[in-house]
Amino acid sequence: MSVMGLLKKALVTEEIDHQVNQFKKAVGSYGYDAWGFNTESAKVAMSLFKPLYEEYFRVQAYGVENVPSDGPVLIIPNHSGQLPLDGVLTGYAIATRDSEPRAARAMIERFFPTVPFLGNMLNAIGAVIGDPLNCARMLKNGEAVIVFPEGVRGSGKLYEKRYQLQRFGNGFMHLAINHKTPIVPVGIVGCEETMPALYNIKPLAKALGVPYIPITTPIPLPARVSIHFGEPLYFEPADTEEEITQKVELVKDKIRALIAEGLSKRESVF
Amino acid sequence: MANSDKPTILVTGAGGATAKKVITLLQHDYNIVAVDFRRQIKLGKDIPSYLVDITKRGFEDIFRNHKIDGVIHMGRVGTHSSNRRSRYNTNVIGTQRLFDRCRKYGVKQVLVMSTFFVYGADAYNPALLDEDTPFKAAELTLDLVDAVELENLANIYLYKYPELNITILRPCHIAGPGVRNSMSTLLSSQRAPVLMGFSPMMQFIHVDDMGEAIAAAYKGNKPGVYNVAPEDYIAYQDALSASGCKKAPLPSVPPALPLTISKLMGWRAFPSYLINYFKYPVVLDGSLFEKTFNYKPKHSYQEIFTYYRQQKELLK
Repeated sequence: MSVMGLLKKALVTEEIDHQVNQFKKAVGSYGYDAWGFNTESAKVAMSLFKPLYEEYFRVQAYGVENVPSDGPVLIIPNHSGQLPLDGVLTGYAIATRDSEPRAARAMIERFFPTVPFLGNMLNAIGAVIGDPLNCARMLKNGEAVIVFPEGVRGSGKLYEKRYQLQRFGNGFMHLAINHKTPIVPVGIVGCEETMPALYNIKPLAKALGVPYIPITTPIPLPARVSIHFGEPLYFEPADTEEEITQKVELVKDKIRALIAEGLSKRESVF
Repeated sequence: MANSDKPTILVTGAGGATAKKVITLLQHDYNIVAVDFRRQIKLGKDIPSYLVDITKRGFEDIFRNHKIDGVIHMGRVGTHSSNRRSRYNTNVIGTQRLFDRCRKYGVKQVLVMSTFFVYGADAYNPALLDEDTPFKAAELTLDLVDAVELENLANIYLYKYPELNITILRPCHIAGPGVRNSMSTLLSSQRAPVLMGFSPMMQFIHVDDMGEAIAAAYKGNKPGVYNVAPEDYIAYQDALSASGCKKAPLPSVPPALPLTISKLMGWRAFPSYLINYFKYPVVLDGSLFEKTFNYKPKHSYQEIFTYYRQQKELLK
């Protein structure tokens, strides 16, 4: 039996098997799609992640039904926590919701595919490099795509800037308009506290070719995480980049409101 | 004996497995003239066969002796064969001479077999590359310059001389019985090199399906550039397992290490300049070809890999 077969046998519960089998997701004869997503790997990854989601981060997802059950959708959360945990938690919430779970694809930093094992592993569970062409193709394929328009500006920011949205790229709005795709804004509360960064060692990061090297905790702390999905937003075409920026600001306002809702509901950080 | 009612096609690289399939499919409706520069090919008394190098003057005699209506140019030297200069001479200079003879002798249609290697295996490649995607192969390695230049040449002739009706096909990995390219060699081997921590998505097409694709494209005669790849994907290491290959893991970091190992070992099917293709994906969008020529491959991946597995079992 292959390593994947052994892991599946040892880890995958009937519940997760059933959830992944419900995905309306076209894969090829060996369970892969064009970006490397693999149904069996997804089942194993979800099984491994389940205790982290349920017991370590004790995630609460609100309004997850706002993600349409099929067709293209852009899911736009705030980004934080040094590691792409927020993307994985958001994807897990959508993949395990009670009604019509679906696979969500997270756009990840461009350097991940160059990292042995990690790049393939992230692809197998649904992540793809954050390339506009990739995103456009996925929307054309009717996928749910998680995009962090803040990029490393958001994930790598210091703890003193927690819950302050950094500059958003406009690319996601162009994609939403060009592909007539709804945007679901998401506010994530708790990931900021999982790996609070006090300082970024920029020269070392530059030397190693990575976006940042934070002085932070060696492992993510067990902060409680809540994910607040807003209602889908639909945008009409814009004539100028300025109009696009205004529409992006509208999305940011929605995310800010969702974060504020999450912070006001939060009873304790840990 | 040539039937004067039927048009005549010159097939270069006629000794290859795909070319033989193409000839079988087209010989009923066309007179075939076969050329191969590697060896004399015997295809029956009705098919004249020549052992000639397309870069040599003697090649023109074929055009003088036969009324060639169309050309299927499959006589390119593969990425794993020969040296860089020799590949350039045959694939680029030879192809240009072929095109010029086609113009001189009034050939009405040319089909050129290119390769997906022209796109280049890059960490930042998006999936489902369409035909308009810029090439990165030459940026990654000079050893693929011949493949890129052959494409550029064919594209120049396609737009400059529309009367040649040039169709360029960029197939994914061709595999199956009789195929002797680098990937087929790896799938046939008992143990194949893999880079630790990397298993890129790949696409495969059965040699019989590729033959049918070429025949369909020739008969359809819709000039342009087309990827030929199925809407199915598999990771390289899974393809090896499905073919009954054991894996020989190579350290993948630092990047120079596997290149050095490949050079030292002299692996022809896993040459140092192709190592990125075993690290990063080059996944093609073959939908334009499928739509244009109403084509769907018939053979599954399972059939392709079962063939290699069975071959190994026969050798035991």
